Amino acid sequence: MKEFQGRVVAPGEVVASALVSHGGLNTLASFQKALQFGDKNATCGDQNNPDLYGKQMVGKALCLPQTIGSTTGGLVLYCACAMQRQPACMLFSGPIDSLAAAGVILADVWLTGVKMPVVDSLGEEFLAYVKEGMTVTVKENGVVVVD
Amino acid sequence: MFLTDEQQQILNGSRGEVMAKVLETVIRYGELFGATRLVPVTSRYNHLVTSFGLKMMTPVFDLMQKLVDAGITSGQQFSVDPRPLDKNVPANFLQKLIFNKFMYSKQDFYEGQLKALGLMNDNAFTCACYLDEVGNKPKMGEVLSFAESSAVVYANSVLGARCNRNSGIIDIMGSIAGFVPEFGLLTDEGRKATFVVEIKTTKKPEAQLLGSAIGMRVMEAVPYIKGLDQWLGDTLDDDACAYLKDFGAATASNGAVGLYHVENLTPEAKAEGEGLIAEGATVYVIDDAELQRVYDSYPVIWKNPDATPKLCFMGCPHMSLAQLVSWTERVEKALAEAGNKKVVIPTVFTSAPAVIAAFEKTPYAARLAKTGVILSYICPLMYMNNPLCGKMPVITSSNKLRTYTTARYYTDDEILVQITKGGKQ
Repeated sequence: MKEFQGRVVAPGEVVASALVSHGGLNTLASFQKALQFGDKNATCGDQNNPDLYGKQMVGKALCLPQTIGSTTGGLVLYCACAMQRQPACMLFSGPIDSLAAAGVILADVWLTGVKMPVVDSLGEEFLAYVKEGMTVTVKENGVVVVD
Repeated sequence: MFLTDEQQQILNGSRGEVMAKVLETVIRYGELFGATRLVPVTSRYNHLVTSFGLKMMTPVFDLMQKLVDAGITSGQQFSVDPRPLDKNVPANFLQKLIFNKFMYSKQDFYEGQLKALGLMNDNAFTCACYLDEVGNKPKMGEVLSFAESSAVVYANSVLGARCNRNSGIIDIMGSIAGFVPEFGLLTDEGRKATFVVEIKTTKKPEAQLLGSAIGMRVMEAVPYIKGLDQWLGDTLDDDACAYLKDFGAATASNGAVGLYHVENLTPEAKAEGEGLIAEGATVYVIDDAELQRVYDSYPVIWKNPDATPKLCFMGCPHMSLAQLVSWTERVEKALAEAGNKKVVIPTVFTSAPAVIAAFEKTPYAARLAKTGVILSYICPLMYMNNPLCGKMPVITSSNKLRTYTTARYYTDDEILVQITKGGKQ
């Protein structure tokens, strides 16, 4: 078990199984098929991401360095939240990027009843330590426990 | 964040609840990146990334409607990414059914919202808004609220404007507020290069392949590129701009690059030289072997990797007028060499409506039509999002299209062989 301290981007507490992307998460490529065709599991459709491709993202503690790709990324994440297809939480090893930040802020300001805690700046060691399937506990103060 | 009295009043609701939420969004977005103030948007026009009335985007349309219903329009008019549909692009009955009934069934509705919010004109649909014919070309030093990754990286790098890699919706909110948070690529510090890329290839690198390699390596960092000027020269002429357009789109889609500097070529690199390089910058050397490694790393996800291509897309991002002219000549020449009159794979060149209109005034339009190439304003990415289209073996020289869809990437020369000779060398 190991504990990491990050910065709270969107507050909340959650316990979820880890899904780990060591490369950047391409939000559009990852979510578009799932959102478009009613995949309630939000199966990742990004062929360039061997860590995530074909895996369910809904309900998972999505651990990643940052998001990349199209600048539709933020609104795609916003749509995922509005349609309840979002991960249980998003945990960034580095500082959050502008696209993911946009999606998180838009959801927080414009949607009601959406819960997706987001913590960033957890450090490179976090991403090196956490493995798919580990239990991740996110606390209100930005502490992330990986078990 | 420091707010002026006017900004604080808006946040307190002086211009209504919806406007207060718009400003709250912009402020909270900036605060995450340490912005201490908002700065005015100074470009004449804005550019939005969301052009498609895709059913899955219903939450976005709902949000846009809140803006429309509140009587809020953008202080700037704007262009927007390409339309997702064009009847001239080949599609069978079932593909058309999915396009019109299931995917883009909200297109007309959404275009109505865009008009209400400040769309420049009915033809302002392109990802390459900065092309002269389109008329949304930011000036050096202007502050933008653009989205569309390829337009942002071009505006920053080639035009010297200042814009962060904004997401869709944030783009229009900054424009409506009239202010964007000052951080990242809006600051001198944020425009410093933390990577130095040394080009040591034996020939001019393929723009889309080089961009892909750099994007994958540097991610969101700013690269300072040395050695590219030996292939592009030191002047931003049509050829150099077209190259940088395609190169930049690949850096932005294969990674998250929002700004690059090319030594002796792009405006800030010309003005400041190596002064743009941050202390301790990482060096990345690109030679022929590295480009080959990147090329070989692309997965081929066609069901049958040996399938004969059924469609070819060129022009993601949209082609410039000079590219349409030069590609017309290249296709004609290759067809003549192959002894063919028309392309042997259905081929679509895409460009902005205003560029197409200008091209059609030249003799090249009839010449291109004679080769069988279809000219369209469509967004190839939106076409490929149709699952029935996604199952087709489609080829492209766009690394952006490759990244987001099942389209298979080939270099320009390889594409030319495929479409004119059927893949026979």
